[in-house]
Amino acid sequence: MKYLAEFRDPELARALLDEIARTVTRPWTIMEICGGQTHAIMRHGLDQLLPDAITLVHGPGCPVCVTPLETIDRALVIAAQPGVIFTSFGDMLRVPGSRDDLFRIKSRGGDVRMVYSPLEALKLARENPDREVVFLAVGFETTAPGNAMAVRQAAAEGLTNFSEITSHVLVPPAMEAILSAPNNRVQGFLAAGHVCAVMGTTEYEPLAARHRVPIVPTGFEPVDILRGILQTVRMLESGEHGVVNAYGRAVRTEGNPAARAVVDEVYTVCDRKWRGIGTIPRSGLRLRDEFAAFDAERKFAVGGINPEEPAVCIAGEILQGLKKPPECPAFGTECTPLHPLGATMVSSEGACAAYHKYARKGLL
Amino acid sequence: MNERPDFDNMSCPLPLLDHDTIQLAHGAGGRLSAELIEKLVLPRFSSTELDKLEDQAVLELPPGRVAFSTDTFVVDPIFFPGGDIGDLAVNGTVNDVAMSGAEPIALSVGFVLEEGLPLADFHRILCSMEQAARTAGVRMVTGDTKVVGRGGCDKIFINTSGLGVIPAGVSLSAASLRPGDAVLVSGTIADHGMAIMSRREGLSFTADIQSDTAALNGLVRALLDSGAQVRALRDPTRGGVATTLNEFAAASQVGIELEEEAVAVHDQVRGACEILGIDPLYVANEGKLVAVVAQQDAEKALAAMRSRPEGAEARIIGRVRAEHPGVVAMRTTLGAERIVDMPVGEQLPRIC
Repeated sequence: MKYLAEFRDPELARALLDEIARTVTRPWTIMEICGGQTHAIMRHGLDQLLPDAITLVHGPGCPVCVTPLETIDRALVIAAQPGVIFTSFGDMLRVPGSRDDLFRIKSRGGDVRMVYSPLEALKLARENPDREVVFLAVGFETTAPGNAMAVRQAAAEGLTNFSEITSHVLVPPAMEAILSAPNNRVQGFLAAGHVCAVMGTTEYEPLAARHRVPIVPTGFEPVDILRGILQTVRMLESGEHGVVNAYGRAVRTEGNPAARAVVDEVYTVCDRKWRGIGTIPRSGLRLRDEFAAFDAERKFAVGGINPEEPAVCIAGEILQGLKKPPECPAFGTECTPLHPLGATMVSSEGACAAYHKYARKGLL
Repeated sequence: MNERPDFDNMSCPLPLLDHDTIQLAHGAGGRLSAELIEKLVLPRFSSTELDKLEDQAVLELPPGRVAFSTDTFVVDPIFFPGGDIGDLAVNGTVNDVAMSGAEPIALSVGFVLEEGLPLADFHRILCSMEQAARTAGVRMVTGDTKVVGRGGCDKIFINTSGLGVIPAGVSLSAASLRPGDAVLVSGTIADHGMAIMSRREGLSFTADIQSDTAALNGLVRALLDSGAQVRALRDPTRGGVATTLNEFAAASQVGIELEEEAVAVHDQVRGACEILGIDPLYVANEGKLVAVVAQQDAEKALAAMRSRPEGAEARIIGRVRAEHPGVVAMRTTLGAERIVDMPVGEQLPRIC
């Protein structure tokens, strides 16, 4: 099909793989930031086709995985309240909180609905003026503009029965945390292409300069990913650092100014807890005070819910690229997609789920 | 394949009734019930057995083992591109019976109607059931209609049960796969599931995606008549081709390897899958079958399937092997190998 087949073209992919093999002379560890990239790598088997010298480690860019347990628990409490229509993207529905998930709340009579866009939630609020419509606004910079737009629109229309649980996270502070860790082994990054499509690439320049690493905004199809890897390897081999865009068809240096403007109008940067990792300074977005009326956590007074993360899995180390899923003793035994112990096994974009789905060791 | 009742020519005109919508009294057994059955239902499903209006159908069956299956249809929306809940209910049970190698003969039908369902909708569904039954060559021999109050069900639920007779010498089983066997699928995959899902998600660019709902008993007959040694047949409905193949691999304790390139998916379907983050291998089909046949008969089976319109796009998509018993693997277009696992639950559209 047009605009997809070209980027899955086996011959093009093989040519890039050959070029990578010709370029690489020693071992390199490269992190792909985004869970979508992780899944594409596993689904197409790219990790099997790359030279042994290249190790891909999987980054924290799975919005479902890093949404903190307290956000989930607060969402569950709100969703269970009578009179509430609770809306969420599909893959948040299965994420377990301390005791429940949204599917179970729904089965007990909660009005939980899957939406494809926060603007659908807004429509529900217009159509149900006697109900409280709450949207679970999670994700990286990619989903932030749409979620901000919903709040701005609700404010403009004077909709008082719409609110969001805002738990947005930002990529650059997470990369800073990974690079600053004493046991860091990541030498180059495939930056998340769609985050960069919104935010642009300039905010990565200081990171690349400070830590002397290549940062390469990369797409999600096999040919895109291989182009990103080739670019990263070329820079590593020649000792260069900096930001070089390998996803030109989607990413511009300045990003999408209109999208950035609406994010900036509605949200402001805050410290944010990442599930499995902990609090990272200035790594999240929250509603600005002038939009506090749309803050569901305030509206429903659930801010006091602060559960402890059970220390049963190594998701935090996996999300920081310190370990790979099969290195976890629970992987595939105690911890499976049906009975996940941690968030990286829950989300369809989580690294553990990707390994479990496509590449359980010993099965093939 | 997707033959639809021709409403424009009013070949199936809505009889004049006292009400526009289903009333609770339509299920109460009195005058309204009788009118609903006599004016709406019976004219569509007339058969020797049904017309007697006894409490049961009494059937004379040809000799042989009897295949018997039941399925309940609760699809939302009830009308979708390429079909509706009515032809789905007929084709679904016809196919379940046919996958044993049986020739489907008779169906029962049970309706649960929600108070307030427009009679025109019910009638349209009955007309498409009539057409589907005629296309499949099965008779409706017994049935039942119940009405529940508003909110008691979602518009209409349909149960169909079917039986058929397995010809002598035919013995199909998911547990009979052997290394070397060829795996075939009768056409493109994921059409039905994505027709439904894109309608639910309101994806405007996917308007052309049609459900593949179709009866497959003719295709099964052609396959068996070809003389190819068929090990197992299954229609990959919920859970898609991936689930069917995992069931085969587990039942026979063999490995199955698919060729990604060989699996055909319509462009629009693939586009919708990509946008929603869904793998077509796990999406429901309602007019496709997966066949496993002996290695030496692969081409013969393929030719037999392609001789039928519902199998025109049939492909050999993989083979059975002794390695990795119980596991389905796929050779990707780039030449790597990955697992095709059982799905955990419903596939959910991803965040970004």
